[in-house]
Amino acid sequence: MIHIWKQYPGVNQLSSSLGGLSLQHSQQPESLRPVNLTQDRNILPVSSVPAPVPNLNSDLRKLNCSPDSFRCTLTNIPQTQALLNKAKLPLGLLLHPFRDLTQLPVITSSTIVRCRSCRTYINPFVSFIDQRRWKCNLCYRVNDVPEEFMYNPLTRSYGEPHKRPEVQNSTVEFIASSDYMLRPPQPAVYLFVLDVSHNAVEAGYLTIVCQSLLENLDKLPGDSRTRIGFITFDSTVQFYNLQEGLSQPQMLIVSDIDDIFLPTPDSLLVNLHESKELIKDLLNALPNMFTNTRETHSALGPALQAAFKLMSPTGGRISVFQTQLPSLGAGLLHSREDPNQRSSTKVVQHLGPATDFYKKLALDCSGQQTAVDLFLLSSQYSDLASLACMSKYSAGCIYYYPSFHCSHNPAQAEKFQKDLKRYLTRKIGFEAVMRIRCTKGLSIHTFHGNFFVRSTDLLSLANVNPDAGFAVQMSIEESLTDTSLVCFQTALLYTSSKGERRIRVHTLCLPVVSSLADVYAGADVQAVVCLLANMAVDRSVSSSLSDARDALVNAVVDSLAAYMSTASNLQQSMLMAPNSLKLFPLYILALLKQKAFRTGMSTRLDDRVYAMCQMKSQPLVHLMKMIHPNLYRIDKLIDESTIHVNDRVVPQPPLQKLSAEKLTREGAFLMDCGSSL
Amino acid sequence: MAFTFAAFCYMLTLVLCASLIFFVIWHIIAFDELRTDFKNPIDQGNPARARERLKNIERICCLLRKLVVPEYCIHGLFCLMFLCAAEWVTLGLNLPLLLYHLWRYFHRPADGSEGLFDAVSIMDADILGYCQKEAWCKLAFYLLSFFYYLYSMVYTLVSF
Repeated sequence: MIHIWKQYPGVNQLSSSLGGLSLQHSQQPESLRPVNLTQDRNILPVSSVPAPVPNLNSDLRKLNCSPDSFRCTLTNIPQTQALLNKAKLPLGLLLHPFRDLTQLPVITSSTIVRCRSCRTYINPFVSFIDQRRWKCNLCYRVNDVPEEFMYNPLTRSYGEPHKRPEVQNSTVEFIASSDYMLRPPQPAVYLFVLDVSHNAVEAGYLTIVCQSLLENLDKLPGDSRTRIGFITFDSTVQFYNLQEGLSQPQMLIVSDIDDIFLPTPDSLLVNLHESKELIKDLLNALPNMFTNTRETHSALGPALQAAFKLMSPTGGRISVFQTQLPSLGAGLLHSREDPNQRSSTKVVQHLGPATDFYKKLALDCSGQQTAVDLFLLSSQYSDLASLACMSKYSAGCIYYYPSFHCSHNPAQAEKFQKDLKRYLTRKIGFEAVMRIRCTKGLSIHTFHGNFFVRSTDLLSLANVNPDAGFAVQMSIEESLTDTSLVCFQTALLYTSSKGERRIRVHTLCLPVVSSLADVYAGADVQAVVCLLANMAVDRSVSSSLSDARDALVNAVVDSLAAYMSTASNLQQSMLMAPNSLKLFPLYILALLKQKAFRTGMSTRLDDRVYAMCQMKSQPLVHLMKMIHPNLYRIDKLIDESTIHVNDRVVPQPPLQKLSAEKLTREGAFLMDCGSSL
Repeated sequence: MAFTFAAFCYMLTLVLCASLIFFVIWHIIAFDELRTDFKNPIDQGNPARARERLKNIERICCLLRKLVVPEYCIHGLFCLMFLCAAEWVTLGLNLPLLLYHLWRYFHRPADGSEGLFDAVSIMDADILGYCQKEAWCKLAFYLLSFFYYLYSMVYTLVSF
């Protein structure tokens, strides 16, 4: 017998009509509506997939953190670990804490109100017990409201602590007092380490870098204390003395790469404003200085050791540009890839690092608040698996341009130029630490992203940038039977490029449910897929790629089987999924076809490793575009989901399923996969 | 009182088991130290503390790694001695642990000089929890085997 389900109105209309009533099941019917995956062919919505809205009453929903900054895989948290295990879905958070925000309330009060026991920052989800005391929503301790907090500077009223901006916004930024900085905030320090071997000059990246730097020298984030330096290397390491007062930059060559030392104690990292003319001269001269070089070796290890020595006193950012396998000195690498194994369906080897030199270097740098960013512009195998370690543990980022050549490959050259512009001008935070707190009963156990885990809940990030995303996995230690809401708070303490110590706080609130159907109703399929991608990358490196692939498939199979066993009245021969998870098999299939996880097709090892690094460090919005690009049909615009720009209604192109049946010769299509259009 | 080879084995294992218990207790204390970062939470934001904490973690991991091989060698020596003394029951009891040690040793990451305790992944609460459970189980096992060897030593000395 086939059941015909009524078409419920869209989620938004339903919640607005029932908004005043905080019914437990007001949203459940729509997201639990069974979808027959073996029959329905068009399951993709025509506009982009929205993030599920937690089932809270409308006041809390308005105050809740934006899903672009903070997202949970299950918007209805199960009450016990047993219930979570039955649902067979991972519980975790996807964070994008430092994302570029257009509206950010900045609080400059002298006291930052925090809970006395768990040190949570005051947030919109605390409860005020009579106007003088507040109850922490994470540890339930009752705290006093300090006198200064009773006065609201915005409305100039007294006695209404719940109207203060800290309690009205879930994303706030505090300017930290001097308690939060036991050393003076560091200035912005940028060091560029450039490969100038024959290979690098052939590829021609140096002109693009120097041009970009010349254009953006004034837009580098920082203030009057900003410092900059350059190191170039081939088989020796070259330093540049840019001391103010010299008539031209002076090159100092150190050829003893086994015991690298700094030729002069200062004036290698100079103040940007004082030595600006010299820096511009150097950038103009650099591309031509090495045109006739015959050096084919690359001493990356010694150059990095020198860079570390240079940056140790202050901390900052090192940008490394490499075009081949490092072949000289410490940290030298051998070619491990076997080109015949590229399309192997069996074991994929060499996904982990070959040496721990780069990991140790990254840890040392992290201890000195220095991040190392890697730009790999090579045309052959360069063992990215080992080189990536330098960025992974020092909170850096990795950019990869396979087959880069400035004239033979103009697409890559243009991409490099655009990426470099964004990289140089985007916001940056220095010497940062991030802590994620959650309500009593939940605990965080695994972190994914580029950082160093200092303690079970504290992450050390030497640099924080707006394009970094993080993921964490959680487990339910004690059952949440006596609470109906759980909260998560991310606090990021960093030094801004202007030397101010700031704390960015995001708080998310979610309801607790006790039935399995509700857990499925609140599942956020995009967050689940991104968390599974992170877990699969870890599994491929620690165990094997085929294990990771099997685990991904099992995740879908188990969760849909668990759903089908709970929902009665369904025929066993159909594949039914709740509406919230209807795209789950589609996304996992897309994930299995990614360069990171695919087998059977020729994939270069560096490409694969780069895709894996991207999965672990990209924020959710970019990762979803990478996994499942958006295909728009632009010759047929539709009226649904129009956007309003400058008082004009702009119809949007509909999203198409990614299938050849949707492509026709008579249509015009546009695909957006995040990194290219 | 017959001073057989078996009795000699048991005497030696008794003494070395004490050292194994000592190693495991060192493990437990080390994990506890890693888990707690004994500083004022505001101080944890201090960048100068980052280096201290990192050095602390690395020092503890280095120490743990140095203990791993001696522990496995001593336990391997026990099994070898019991094999030579034809003490099959005792050998049977120690065999699962020997196999576990072999599996752990050959499954470590092939990262050059990396052992089983790695500063970057040790602070993951999953792994830390697993290592702590492993340490407690081993402590229980070594304590029980200490008393078992004591009893067996007296038994072999007295019975022939």
